[in-house]
Amino acid sequence: MIIQILIPVSIIGGLSLLFGLGLSFVSKKFEVESDERIALVREALPGANCGACGHSGCDAFAEAVVEGNAKTSGCPVGGTAVSNKLAQILGVENSEVEEKVAQVLCNGTLQNCKKKYDYQGVEDCASASAIYGGPSACLYGCMGFGTCAKACPFDAIIVEDGVAKVMDGKCTGCGVCIKTCPKNIIKFVPKNDRHVVTCSSLDKGNIVRQACSVGCIGCMRCVKACTAGAIKMNDSLAVIDNKACTNCGECVKVCPTGAISALYLVPPELCRTVSKS
Amino acid sequence: MREMIVIMLSAILVENFVLTKFLGICSFLGVSQNLSSAVGMSGAVVFVLTIASGATWATNEFILKLFGLEYLQTLIFILVIAVLVQLVEIILKKKIPALYKSLGIYLPLITTNCAVLGVSILNIQRDYSFVQSLVYGFGAGVGYTLALVIFSGVRWRLETCDIPETFKGLPITLIAAGLVSLVFFGFQGLFTR
Repeated sequence: MIIQILIPVSIIGGLSLLFGLGLSFVSKKFEVESDERIALVREALPGANCGACGHSGCDAFAEAVVEGNAKTSGCPVGGTAVSNKLAQILGVENSEVEEKVAQVLCNGTLQNCKKKYDYQGVEDCASASAIYGGPSACLYGCMGFGTCAKACPFDAIIVEDGVAKVMDGKCTGCGVCIKTCPKNIIKFVPKNDRHVVTCSSLDKGNIVRQACSVGCIGCMRCVKACTAGAIKMNDSLAVIDNKACTNCGECVKVCPTGAISALYLVPPELCRTVSKS
Repeated sequence: MREMIVIMLSAILVENFVLTKFLGICSFLGVSQNLSSAVGMSGAVVFVLTIASGATWATNEFILKLFGLEYLQTLIFILVIAVLVQLVEIILKKKIPALYKSLGIYLPLITTNCAVLGVSILNIQRDYSFVQSLVYGFGAGVGYTLALVIFSGVRWRLETCDIPETFKGLPITLIAAGLVSLVFFGFQGLFTR
């Protein structure tokens, strides 16, 4: 009776012991050295896995930073705080982060911009834009199906009045929306420097006027009014160079259609358009 | 040779582990959302099923039979499979990092997959030889791959469908899985033993 119990117990016990010893031996023998700083760096990262740094995720970025293949400032989501922490962990000089946010450069709301046709397909910008450039009368306008809002890992985009808006404070500048927008009308702007032309249309002024009441018609009044010479024309679209812009606000005053605004992000508590009007 | 082909094909089609024997369902539903993860998981399953059938066959033949401990099959097999997967993982990490990366998290995930234990026990029940066991294990893995790849396609189609609110998510997935399983039921009786 005792033997009948003892034999299986000892065999299983012996096997387990053997396996355990074998495994520990093999794991010592085949050990892969990994830098313990990788874990520390990974800990300090926001962990959103958004891929804005250009690596496949936070793990890959941590590895790259430790190996010296990426800058400590490479994480746009974490900003300066994370950059400082990483520099501390690695004991290297901190590289500056230019904090930036995304902005949808279109103000073609339902009231402002006309429709070409009535679209009743899948609620997706890419599908809609495949049909005759989308239902919006402007070829460069936001269609408002919220593909960027769905893609945003931080829920920082809302669609209001048929136009996507980036919420102030929530946007981390990861750039996922910029990649998803089929119209390419989402751009980065520096976080504290927010004078932008809220229009992306490269069409001639009369075509813009026919489609939308708040588009840039290329009148060049802002170019002349700019005290810093920061506004250039790209075909018939005014573009503000944020590096040169002094935020004086002269361009906002002279724009006849209201296509330039000082603050186009939506404060989360308000969630409504703040523009010149 | 003919026999091997029959074992192989019946493991893939007639006795498809996921769709006919209903083994390994949790991973079937878990990683079939997109094709790339389905393929990654399948690769790991084929790999583990094949080596596990060999290892458990040897364990049964040389240890359990020797001591007359066949009734401890389940326990010992789980132990052997877990150790084996761990061992392979450690060695792969060092020797073939590329393969280790592509199998990724799926390798340790399969350790506790019932399909692996199922293959091992079926091999013993059917008195397969060592080579037959390996072929059956490999075939079972290929069958798993087939099921997963087909089903990830089905789920991909489901994404773009207008599904009633009640059925969204898991319910429609289970219904679809049932339908795919019915399709494989058609292979029943393809080979008469």
